[in-house]
Amino acid sequence: MIIEWLTGFTIVVGSGFMLVAALGVLRMPDLLTRMHATTKAGVLGAGLIMIGVALHFASGPVLAKAVAIIAFLILTAPVAAHVIGRAGYFMGLSLWDKTTVDELKGRYDEATHTLTSPPDTDTPPDGQGRA
Amino acid sequence: MLHYAIIVSYLLLSLALVLGFIRLVRGPSLADRVVALELLASLTVGFIGVSVIYSGRAPFLDVAMVLALTAFLAAVAFARYLEKGGQRSDH
Repeated sequence: MIIEWLTGFTIVVGSGFMLVAALGVLRMPDLLTRMHATTKAGVLGAGLIMIGVALHFASGPVLAKAVAIIAFLILTAPVAAHVIGRAGYFMGLSLWDKTTVDELKGRYDEATHTLTSPPDTDTPPDGQGRA
Repeated sequence: MLHYAIIVSYLLLSLALVLGFIRLVRGPSLADRVVALELLASLTVGFIGVSVIYSGRAPFLDVAMVLALTAFLAAVAFARYLEKGGQRSDH
C-alpha cells in the first residue's frame, strides 16, 4: 500500500518535472537558457520515474536496469549539454538581449576553436603568477 | 490510486511532448531543434517508464536504456556537425 503511494508520487512528480522542462524549452529566450531548463529538469524527471519503476517491481533485475538508466542519464546529460552549447556558441547564435556579460567574447579563435587566456591584469610585475 | 497516478503522469508527459514539439518545429536555429529533440528523447524514456508500470512488463525497460543511449549519440553527432561546418546563423 505504501509502496503503491510512493510509486504514484514519484511518477507524478517526475512527470511534473518533465512538463516544467518542456515549458522551459518553449518559453526561455535563447539557446543556453533553454538547455538550462531541459538538462536538469529533464534528467530529474526521468530519474524520478525510473525510481518509481524500481519501487513498483521491487526485484533485483528491474532495480539494476533502473539504476543503469539513471546512471547513464546523469553521465551523458552534462556531456551532451556541453557539446551542444559549445557548438551553439561557434555557430554565432545571438544571446538573449538582457544578457549582461559574455566572458568568451573575443577569446575563442574562430578558425582553430581554441580558447585563449584573458589578459592577466593582477599578475605581480616580478613574473610570479597566481597559485 | 496507482491507476490515477498513471493517468495523470500520461497526461503531463503528453502535454510536455506537445510543448517540446512546438519548439522543435519553431526552431529558430538548428541547435534549438537539437535541444528540443533531446528533451523529446528523455520524455520518451519517462513515457516508457510509466508504460512499464502500467503494463507490468519489466523487459520494456531495455527500450528506455537503448533510447537514452542513442539520443546521447545523436546529440553528440549533431553538435559535431554544427561545430565542424554546419550552417552559421550570423552571416
